[in-house]
Amino acid sequence: MNSKTEPVQDIKRRRDGVLNAYVDSIPFFKYLGISFERKGDELTGILTFDPKLIGNAVVSRLHGGGTSAFLESTATMTLGWQTIWDAMESGDFDLDAAEFKLPPLPKTISITTDYLRPGLPRDAYARATITRAGRRYASVQVEAWQDNRETLFAQSTLHFLMPGT
Amino acid sequence: MVKPTPQQASFTEHLPLCKAMGMQVTDVDEGAATITMPYDPEMIGDPETGVIHGGPVSVLLDSVSGLAVTMHPENTAMTATIDLRIDYMRPAPPNQTLTASAQVYHTTRTVAFIRATAWADDQTKPIAQATGAFVFAKKAAS
Repeated sequence: MNSKTEPVQDIKRRRDGVLNAYVDSIPFFKYLGISFERKGDELTGILTFDPKLIGNAVVSRLHGGGTSAFLESTATMTLGWQTIWDAMESGDFDLDAAEFKLPPLPKTISITTDYLRPGLPRDAYARATITRAGRRYASVQVEAWQDNRETLFAQSTLHFLMPGT
Repeated sequence: MVKPTPQQASFTEHLPLCKAMGMQVTDVDEGAATITMPYDPEMIGDPETGVIHGGPVSVLLDSVSGLAVTMHPENTAMTATIDLRIDYMRPAPPNQTLTASAQVYHTTRTVAFIRATAWADDQTKPIAQATGAFVFAKKAAS
């Protein structure tokens, strides 16, 4: 596996299969309406708008806590995804095997969210950058936008404890 | 802390996400508030243990902080979060209602600074703590 000539449909089946298995295993992603779009190893988090995400009903703005939850989810999934990438690509993951269990995701130690603009009642997107991934700790920055990629409405910095520590 | 008036208790009713998560205002005071959130399997973040995701805890701490700012005697307008830092100190035990309380510890003309704590059954063992800055419009000195 992972040879330069591996059929594209096999690659996609493997990567999307593992990503979907993670996303489907976390009830909260479904609850909030979080999904992920994958381009190679790059993930974009998508928060699909739903009226229940509103915090301020008077002016119809996204709840800051929900926004923060979305940023945390995107950061966790991006870091977890990068962490398992090599093992996945070398064929270590057999989703069909009965005894197979997905490796656990990193655990959040802290999150600091800056609210830069009001969240509008529409879809939001987020992309995370791993600033440092060590054996025990990792630091991640994540940005969220709605209409224009350059116009962020929130950003977070997070610290994680890596699995197995 | 005092029992909230019906109007204060309805705070979470007017915030759709708080309502969806079953939050209830249990105490309010000048620049302080307490809100509870029941356990809900839909909020699980770790399927192995049944521990809820950090996200709902963020929503709870952000909400209770916003309410505390609203309850400040010198507050004149709606608030919004400027920034919020949350430290996750221990996993939220499954099947338990969480309680969070927030206090405004300083205000300027334009900013309210808050501290907030969330716990399950033992207030001395917080599952998360938060500090933040919120939009504040102080009553003009008369």
